[in-house]
Amino acid sequence: MTAPLLEVSHLRVEFPTRRGTLLALDDISFSIAPGEILGVVGESGAGKSLTGAAIIGLLDPPGRIAAGEIRLAGRRIDNLPYEQMRRVRGREIGAVFQDPLTSLNPLYTVGHQLVETITTHLDLTASQARTRAIELLASTGIPAPEARIDHFLHQFSGGMRQRVVIALALAASPKLIVADEPTTALDVSIQAQIIALLKKVCKDQGAAVMLVTHDMGVIAETCDRVAVMYAGRIAEIGPVADVIHRPAHPYTVGLMGSIPAMDEDRERLLQIDGSMPRLTAIPAGCAFNPRCDRVVERCRVERPDLAQVGATSAACWRPVTVEVAR
Amino acid sequence: MSRPLVEVKDLAKVFDVSPPWLNRVVERKPKAFVHAVDGVSFAIERGKTLALVGESGCGKSTVARLLVGLYGATRGSVSFDGEDIVKTLAGAGAGPLRRRMQMIFQDPYASLNPRWKVLDIVAEPLREHGLVKGAADARQRVGELLSSVGLNPADAEKFPHQFSGGQRQRISIARALATNPEFLVCDEPTSALDVSVQAQVLNIMKDLQRDKGLTYLFISHNLAVVRHVADQVGVMYLGRLVEVAGKVELFARPRHPYTRMLLDAIPDIHMSGRARTPVQGEVPNPLNPPSGCSFHPRCPLANERCKAERPALLEIKGVRVACHAVEEGRD
Repeated sequence: MTAPLLEVSHLRVEFPTRRGTLLALDDISFSIAPGEILGVVGESGAGKSLTGAAIIGLLDPPGRIAAGEIRLAGRRIDNLPYEQMRRVRGREIGAVFQDPLTSLNPLYTVGHQLVETITTHLDLTASQARTRAIELLASTGIPAPEARIDHFLHQFSGGMRQRVVIALALAASPKLIVADEPTTALDVSIQAQIIALLKKVCKDQGAAVMLVTHDMGVIAETCDRVAVMYAGRIAEIGPVADVIHRPAHPYTVGLMGSIPAMDEDRERLLQIDGSMPRLTAIPAGCAFNPRCDRVVERCRVERPDLAQVGATSAACWRPVTVEVAR
Repeated sequence: MSRPLVEVKDLAKVFDVSPPWLNRVVERKPKAFVHAVDGVSFAIERGKTLALVGESGCGKSTVARLLVGLYGATRGSVSFDGEDIVKTLAGAGAGPLRRRMQMIFQDPYASLNPRWKVLDIVAEPLREHGLVKGAADARQRVGELLSSVGLNPADAEKFPHQFSGGQRQRISIARALATNPEFLVCDEPTSALDVSVQAQVLNIMKDLQRDKGLTYLFISHNLAVVRHVADQVGVMYLGRLVEVAGKVELFARPRHPYTRMLLDAIPDIHMSGRARTPVQGEVPNPLNPPSGCSFHPRCPLANERCKAERPALLEIKGVRVACHAVEEGRD
């Protein structure tokens, strides 16, 4: 096996507030191999976007990394000074966010923004950069890139804007792309195109992708491995087929059962009662214990760490070992 | 066969999106109109669920608003239990009719007044329609309603901000149920919710339908959710219905090329690693829709007739489809 491209170990992110310190991410560890797509799923507030933000060094203050480390190709990046991190971002890590309207400047042409990014990170002249920008737009499937490069954002549709954002993220051929809900703002038919595009570009460039989404369907179709997050911790991580069909953590089981599927009929969906705890009131022991139907005394006092269960790793004292009947 | 509870005939809504008068005069711009809903007809049987699906801008929410009278129709009619809603809402029968049909909105953060207690929010329709006498009566009825959607009667004293998204959507449902309606229009009731919470809300909606015999118009862009709740499914594209079929039929044998494309496009958790059928193109600008069949620029089956002539919604093998290719059997 090749050395992992991204290694996150025991990452802990805190938000100091007037009423005490909020622990937003606790003991997050995972790695991504070159060319691999890791999906990160979870419900709102589980900390999935925050994990992405910590990796690209864009945590909103007062949020800060309190412990743990992030290594990119062996080099530690979580403690780099701002200017150095700025160079890593874009050059080595590309980012795609949910809303293309907020990640691009409406007052400049897309060509201007692409050329700016390219000349910042690569040693190219303006005209070479423009040629590269046109190539990038073409590679993301934008028709007539020679003409489109001089257009402004409002002249593009939602799907086309997201393609421009992907072109921008790829501008300096980064080794890692962090995509935070890249298809959530798009319609299903466009979503399919963007996912196909993301898969294609990482295959062509050999880039690793961390795909943050709440859509299990997108994960199933795109990723090699998936991490399921709950209340700031990883509940389960493993190969995508195993996590979907043979989940070990009761939360993953509930999450999978609550998604209406296209190929089966059920009168009622499996439901997990209650909702995710707020960061201010994370229960002792396993954070999922108040909603869990397999809870035992140990779950209420002692926190489980990730441990191998079958093909996946789950943080649970009583993992589901039998195959879930579909 | 009994008479359908809701019958919509040739419903249309045109919005005037022209630039202001001065701009039109100075810049010589013409008036502009969007045909948000353009000749939609369907019927919903009592106790059943019709789901409307489609991508953003296809007019599904406009249909919902037309049905409850939040917009006035440009053309066509909506009849509820045999009464024309436009005429009834303008006359003395407005109150009783409004009592019988209610609406649930998409965003439970925007549809509940943050300054009101849950008690007042849920009791408002009760008071408005004179269904309760006095505060004690209202309190008791609100308590019953909250219990019926799985909340605690004591929650009536709280404010909306003290609830999570799923709980707020339950409050919206409790408010909609306050007048004992027969027909609920649900405009994307679960799109703003997380999946585990969505499951809770969908289960409650199904239980209520079974217990009270409710009829639903369910608007959604999520085909998997639609498959779970609907009896009949209508697929909309640029303001028109392109296919209406029973749920089982539609998902097993989609006829219209757009329906097939939509079904192919949804990522499903059980087809890990499957190669997707690439989808062509994007939804055209509704200000300037294509000629003929509005789907023809993206359709693999399009020919000259599709570019020139607009297909009507025809009954073909028990399914209503608006497509020349299906009609001619070249699909």
